[in-house]
Amino acid sequence: MFEINGQLCTLELDEKRNLLSVLRDELGLSGPKFGCGEGECGACVVLVDGQPQTSCNLPLWAVQGHQVTTLEGLGTPAAPHPLQTAFLHERAAQCGYCVAGIVTAAAALLARQPRPSREDIVQALDKHLCRCGAQQRMLRAIQRAAAAAAPPA
Amino acid sequence: MSSTLPAPAPAPAPAPAAAASSAVRGFVIDRNNGQPQLPGSLHTNRRLGQWLSLAEPGVVRVFTGKVELGQGILTALQLIVAEELDVPLQAVRLHSATTASGPDEGMTSGSLSVQDSGGALRHACAEVRGMALQRAADRTGLPVERIGLRDGQFFGPQGEHLGDYAALLSDADLDTEYAGLFAPKPAAQRRLLGRADTPRIDLADKLFGHARYLHDLRLPAMQHGRVLRAPTLLARLATPPEALASALPAGVKGWADGNFVAVVAATEHAAEAAAARLQATLAWTPGPPLPDEHTLPAFLRAAEHSTTVPAERGDTTWPADGDQHRAEYFKPYLAHASIGPSCAVACWDGRQLEVWTHSQGIHNLRDDLVLALADRPTPVKKHDITVHHVEGAGCYGHNGADDVAFDAVLMALACPGQPVRVLWSRADELAHSPLGAAHLVALQARLDDSGQLTHWQHELWANGYSSRPGRATTPALLAASQRAGGVALPLSINPPLAAGGGADRNAVPAYTLPNLKVINHRLTVMPLRTSAMRALGAYANVFAIESFVDEIAHARGESPLDFRRRHLQDPRSLAVLDEVVARSTWWAGRAGAAEGTGHGLAWARYKNTGAWCAVLARVQVGHDVRVLNLDLAVDVGMVVDRDGVINQIEGGALQSLSWTLKEQVHFDAQGVTSTDWPGYPVLRFAEVPEVAVHVIDRPDEPPLGAGEAAQGPLAAALANAVYDALGLRLRCLPLSADNLLRAIHAGDGGH
Repeated sequence: MFEINGQLCTLELDEKRNLLSVLRDELGLSGPKFGCGEGECGACVVLVDGQPQTSCNLPLWAVQGHQVTTLEGLGTPAAPHPLQTAFLHERAAQCGYCVAGIVTAAAALLARQPRPSREDIVQALDKHLCRCGAQQRMLRAIQRAAAAAAPPA
Repeated sequence: MSSTLPAPAPAPAPAPAAAASSAVRGFVIDRNNGQPQLPGSLHTNRRLGQWLSLAEPGVVRVFTGKVELGQGILTALQLIVAEELDVPLQAVRLHSATTASGPDEGMTSGSLSVQDSGGALRHACAEVRGMALQRAADRTGLPVERIGLRDGQFFGPQGEHLGDYAALLSDADLDTEYAGLFAPKPAAQRRLLGRADTPRIDLADKLFGHARYLHDLRLPAMQHGRVLRAPTLLARLATPPEALASALPAGVKGWADGNFVAVVAATEHAAEAAAARLQATLAWTPGPPLPDEHTLPAFLRAAEHSTTVPAERGDTTWPADGDQHRAEYFKPYLAHASIGPSCAVACWDGRQLEVWTHSQGIHNLRDDLVLALADRPTPVKKHDITVHHVEGAGCYGHNGADDVAFDAVLMALACPGQPVRVLWSRADELAHSPLGAAHLVALQARLDDSGQLTHWQHELWANGYSSRPGRATTPALLAASQRAGGVALPLSINPPLAAGGGADRNAVPAYTLPNLKVINHRLTVMPLRTSAMRALGAYANVFAIESFVDEIAHARGESPLDFRRRHLQDPRSLAVLDEVVARSTWWAGRAGAAEGTGHGLAWARYKNTGAWCAVLARVQVGHDVRVLNLDLAVDVGMVVDRDGVINQIEGGALQSLSWTLKEQVHFDAQGVTSTDWPGYPVLRFAEVPEVAVHVIDRPDEPPLGAGEAAQGPLAAALANAVYDALGLRLRCLPLSADNLLRAIHAGDGGH
């Protein structure tokens, strides 16, 4: 039993299954992506109690009793997360396959550090690969979201 | 009638007779088919109804044969359509390519989509707009000039509403060939093109986690398949096929067909688990050993090859006098390394085959499926196969997309009535997708006493740069060669130079060179499968040429920029160089740079017929190369989507930075060994420099693609910056810490 995007999930499943496969196959979510299966690219990152974790190599037992948030849980078109708005504004992607993990990890960063420096953002995204080369506009989008969410006093 | 046609985009130089007669799909639109020339892909898809539907009021449905790869083509086409029809952006609905309907535009490759599909839609929409205005005039009895058009609505002189496109034209009106009666808008009347603030069509879905990618497609009763791949192209399965069954869990289907081993299960994790279990029991008989990774330049030079001279002019004899220069440059095999492994879904109902793919060429894929299934007792015919494009992760060329589609087809044929989804593993994606070819270039140049280049020779050794499906007489799909009775994959080939070339793409420098020879040795052995990877040979050739020019300038004690400028006449080439120098905020201050800091410059016109791009790089060299700044200027003619151009140039530069500093495929005698991200490292956030892109908009010039313009110049700009920092010439890619050390020990950059 764990919480997924604010809802209780009580599926009876093999506890050794990786979280990503449960999120995508059993729960029908599309936000977290399969990229490598080894936790080395960041495409599958979700938040577990607000902390970014790669879900492709995280066994289900590790999230029992915890809160899991995916890209879908951050915001919707009607009520977007500031990061989703900022990424759309900056057109901060090319193919976008990596973007779910990056936005999710950035949401955790902004939650603990509302005005991160470029260096802070780079460090928080250290795990994440973007093959299209959209990193610069992603950094810009995260700074824009931070500025929008936490205007200077 | 043809005299009223607007001038089409300049046609490529006529291909040599041999190349024209063997013209194959997708290398270039075959304009020599006896029909009057039409703009872009209208030439081969001439009916307006193939491109547009107005059946639904307030909506313009747009069909394109080009596919979204993350490059933003759907957004660019939406802008073009909204501009020419004067309809709101939101009214324009782009439909992904499918073989079931819409135009056949061959491949989405070669930075041609804005020319091919954009050119067609721009002219088709201008025609439809003109037809609608004429219809409104006919109905009201007013002259056309008095009919107004705003936001897709037509008005009379008193503001009276005359309806929208759907009210004035039916799809039956569009069931006609493009006649070229109405010209597209002149630059002064445009309101959308060239702007940078319009939204990307596909991005909201991707940012809210909606199921947009092929990887997210879930069909009722869908099964999941995995392939257990032979380690090399010629390895053979040693495990007896009957031994497989005992290794499979209950409820999982698995089989070997020659050297093609597949498992299919009802859930993805069951398929994954079964594949892992089976993998442990499989044994392979190795094929012939692969060449030694560490002596690849020597292998390329010595391997069997076929030689052509794609360009030659002036003197054929090389003078012994003058200022002579020679150098060799090398690029290793590169992987496309898509972030999402290749994926496909296929369904066979006993009669019809339906395939969902992120291939760059759905028609080519269908042609190869027909070839690959010809051995069946009842072959599947072309008209029984429908191939739909669904977006995937960026592919950057011919990755595993087509191969996995055939994997899925083979499994679907074994599971009639059930869709089968196949996803490659990370290791499959890095080891079994076609690779970008290893490439060796030997350059020589001669200058006369006045310091003017007089003679130039470019000799290269590489496998061909294309083994895409749909072009050979035997299938190019990996599993087709692995099944029982399968034939070896076709050798990779090169598109003719007139269609942009392959290994020899950009081998002809744009400089004033009276005497020139380009020699292309295409390998006729293919130990590792090579095919199209972004920019094809332009990446290695421009790296070599622009490094060499830098070397010659330095040897003469001349500024590399001045040396280039005085060997150039084309005003747009000069403009792109001048623009990047003028716009960079740090280039002018390079004289006072700290120790270990270096500055480099390079440029090229992609394919010698595409976009112009100049690059400035600033690097810091310690135990490795760190890039601090990149400035790029680009001329793509008319700018359709300004931010789209910037995104492509920026992304092209950063991907090339990754190739240039970090990447090389590793392998031993028995296969590729760089099968995960630690083994094949790519650019990380911490390595991203400040990138500035300066776009030169030329609204009266035809638009050109931006996706492949930056890669070659970027590589040379980095190598030139490293030379500026250390006085050390690196001629062997990647510019890694290892190659840096090797060059220091060798005293130069030789490999």
